[in-house]
Amino acid sequence: MNQMRDPGLLARDAEGLFWMARYLERVENMARLIDVTQSFESPGFETEAWFGLIRINADEKNFLERGFSADATHVKRFYLLDRGNTNSIPACLEDARTNARTLRPLMSTEMWKQLNVFHRFVTRITPEDLEGDALSRLCTRIKEGVQAHTGITQGTLYRDQGWHFYELGRYIERADQTTRMLDIKYTALLPRGAEEKRVAELTQWNAILRGAAGYHAFKRYARAQFSAEDVVQFLLRDPSSPRSALLCVRRIESHLDDLRRHHGLSAVAEAMERAEVLRELLVEKPLGHILATGLHEYLDVVQIHLQALAGAIGRAFFRDWRPEAAPAVQLQVQTQVSA
Amino acid sequence: MNDIFQHLWPEYDPGRFFCELTTPRPDAGPVPQWLAERLQGIGLEALRARACAAETDLIDLGVTFTVYSDATAIDRILPFDCIPRVLTAPEWDLLERACIQRVKALNLFLGDIYGKGHVVKDGIIPADLVYGNANYRPEMKDFPVPHGTYVHVCGIDIIRDEKGDFRVLEDNARTPSGVSYVIENRHLMLRTFPDLMAGIKLKPVDDYGRRLRAAMAEVAPGGHADPQVVLLSPGIYNAAYFEHVFLAREMGVPLVVGADLLVDNERVFMRTTSGLKPVHTIYRRLNDDFLDPEVFRPDSMLGVPGLIGAWKAGNVAIANAVGTGVADDKAVYAYMPRIIEYYLAETPLIQNVETHICREAEGLNYTLDNLDKLVTKPVGESGGYGITIGPRASKAELEAVRATILANPENWISQPMIGLSVGPTLAEEGIGPRHLDLRPFIVTGKESWVLPGGLSRVAMKRGSLIVNSSQGGGSKDTWVLAEPFGQGGKA
Repeated sequence: MNQMRDPGLLARDAEGLFWMARYLERVENMARLIDVTQSFESPGFETEAWFGLIRINADEKNFLERGFSADATHVKRFYLLDRGNTNSIPACLEDARTNARTLRPLMSTEMWKQLNVFHRFVTRITPEDLEGDALSRLCTRIKEGVQAHTGITQGTLYRDQGWHFYELGRYIERADQTTRMLDIKYTALLPRGAEEKRVAELTQWNAILRGAAGYHAFKRYARAQFSAEDVVQFLLRDPSSPRSALLCVRRIESHLDDLRRHHGLSAVAEAMERAEVLRELLVEKPLGHILATGLHEYLDVVQIHLQALAGAIGRAFFRDWRPEAAPAVQLQVQTQVSA
Repeated sequence: MNDIFQHLWPEYDPGRFFCELTTPRPDAGPVPQWLAERLQGIGLEALRARACAAETDLIDLGVTFTVYSDATAIDRILPFDCIPRVLTAPEWDLLERACIQRVKALNLFLGDIYGKGHVVKDGIIPADLVYGNANYRPEMKDFPVPHGTYVHVCGIDIIRDEKGDFRVLEDNARTPSGVSYVIENRHLMLRTFPDLMAGIKLKPVDDYGRRLRAAMAEVAPGGHADPQVVLLSPGIYNAAYFEHVFLAREMGVPLVVGADLLVDNERVFMRTTSGLKPVHTIYRRLNDDFLDPEVFRPDSMLGVPGLIGAWKAGNVAIANAVGTGVADDKAVYAYMPRIIEYYLAETPLIQNVETHICREAEGLNYTLDNLDKLVTKPVGESGGYGITIGPRASKAELEAVRATILANPENWISQPMIGLSVGPTLAEEGIGPRHLDLRPFIVTGKESWVLPGGLSRVAMKRGSLIVNSSQGGGSKDTWVLAEPFGQGGKA
């Protein structure tokens, strides 16, 4: 291959790829969370179940400020229709597409076309699509939209540096979302009676496993009488579940290593250290201890470490070069008329 | 129109205009007839369905220009008409030579006015028209450019009059756009209408990216075996952003925005993940004004501080060169035939449209006396803005134009109303005649090369003469026949 030259990668494009992948992963996971939340709904407690979604995304303030009130319909609209909510599916997809627009010189035509058509679908979601059994179908379509993107990307995006930055964004976001998925359990209400409580808990854990696409694999590998510990273990530490936090962190380490080895990017050093610390955090402490001292607090710490890892990548490759520009896409209001 | 077309399309009537399909041209061979027969064979219904599918395809693929509203980006396509415009081999030969001649003259003119200024001293063109021109850039004075090439990419707007003669309407020597549509239109035709094209040999249009990149490499500062070329775009909010993406991909070079570049010690670098990488040629799609806030508009966020300094130090090439706008000015245009004769001692292979210059008393008086017969144009505008078509204007409109011209005569030219040629176009009434023009693209490094064909822009509104995309114009695939069909017979 000595005939080929390494064209390098613009820092801006590395950042764009990283964020495009993150936003799309967020879209898929948001659809998963919504789908799971629906199965947490129990008669009389709809509002609590749906407001849990607001809490795990730390959106309480934003939700109220945008004029919504705590009821199920409002929460659904907040995440599926409200473009003004930066965490909503339409807003995340808009951000993904804006990044994709800057990346078109690097992307395959097939990637752009699918994203473009998917974007159009999401802009056309109506309040009726959120009602009754339509909601679950909608979530499925959204998940499939991202999955189609992922598949096309896998099959058509050239595997140079850009691919690694894309994958870094995707796995950081996925690890983060898996911890949020687990956190749903923290906010969920349980009945008082012992047997009722056991059944309700089982239902909830199953729903989370389904949300994280791990239900069947978990069943195959777990003990018949599984405990909460087993589920947490599976979602955080399973080495083979594609959405477990540990698998994500291992993939991150591998991509960072590729960037260093094959593309000579020695600036990955800090990110590699942080990824290692994160991996240790995930595997070190006994789960019993974590559950006893507070799963929610522990998940918070994991999320903070993920943010720090993203920051290390950003400082090394994106923002260092343009300290003045934080977001991937600057709003350029200046225009010019061309002939 | 001959009998075959009358039989196939009894309703089709180009009137007094030259029709790019049905007006008899012996050197077109059987192609126009084949086309008409094949279109008839497909049928109007199927034609509309395919045209509709083709347009959806363009939107999905993002072959679009973008309009921004508060919430989202709306992608619009340049309306595509599926009935191609056919140029014969001898017609293309003339167009190609005329374009090369014109670009040669434009480059010599620019080299002269930014050098010794013979053309002014010899009285060919008034001094204030050159040196007082808003697009004249004193920064360029006495700064020679490689191979004398200022206009690396040129788009020349050419029309055909009632008699069938080509005429140059306008030169675009700054950052002409539209070439991506030429190539995308061909791809679309190949996908959607393979049966229309079967057995017809056409000159290919795929070579543009390679030629452009080669020209960019030729003008790079010396000593680089494989110079780093980049395309500088204003970014995703520019209406022509798709074209920038298209060209960057076709050339295989990075698309950069101003913030990706920086100048250090009079050298230009781009910011990559592995640090700063030198840049040697910038194909910019940014107007002069925005290029360097240290030299031009200080508020420009789109440009690169220090870029002009790096250029003047000879460390980077910028294409098109700064200051080419003085050559494609509508007032300078009027002098182009004399400019061609002055530098090349040749008569223009394709003539200008007769032009009256309102800065000259004679031109002004003639214009004011004949406002109702003339097309009046402001000299500084592009995109079809500010044009008044005398015969179609109301009395009140004409009086308003008169006042505007009188207030600032040097800002205006006028031309006779040209009966632009028409092409059969899929329209609401069926297949109807619509006016069109042609913008060939000329790429120049050491030598000039013309992309076969060019952008045929068509006014989609019945009777309209305005083909600009900003005014509702569309485009057609432009076929250049590769076979020189002889007088009345086969090749």
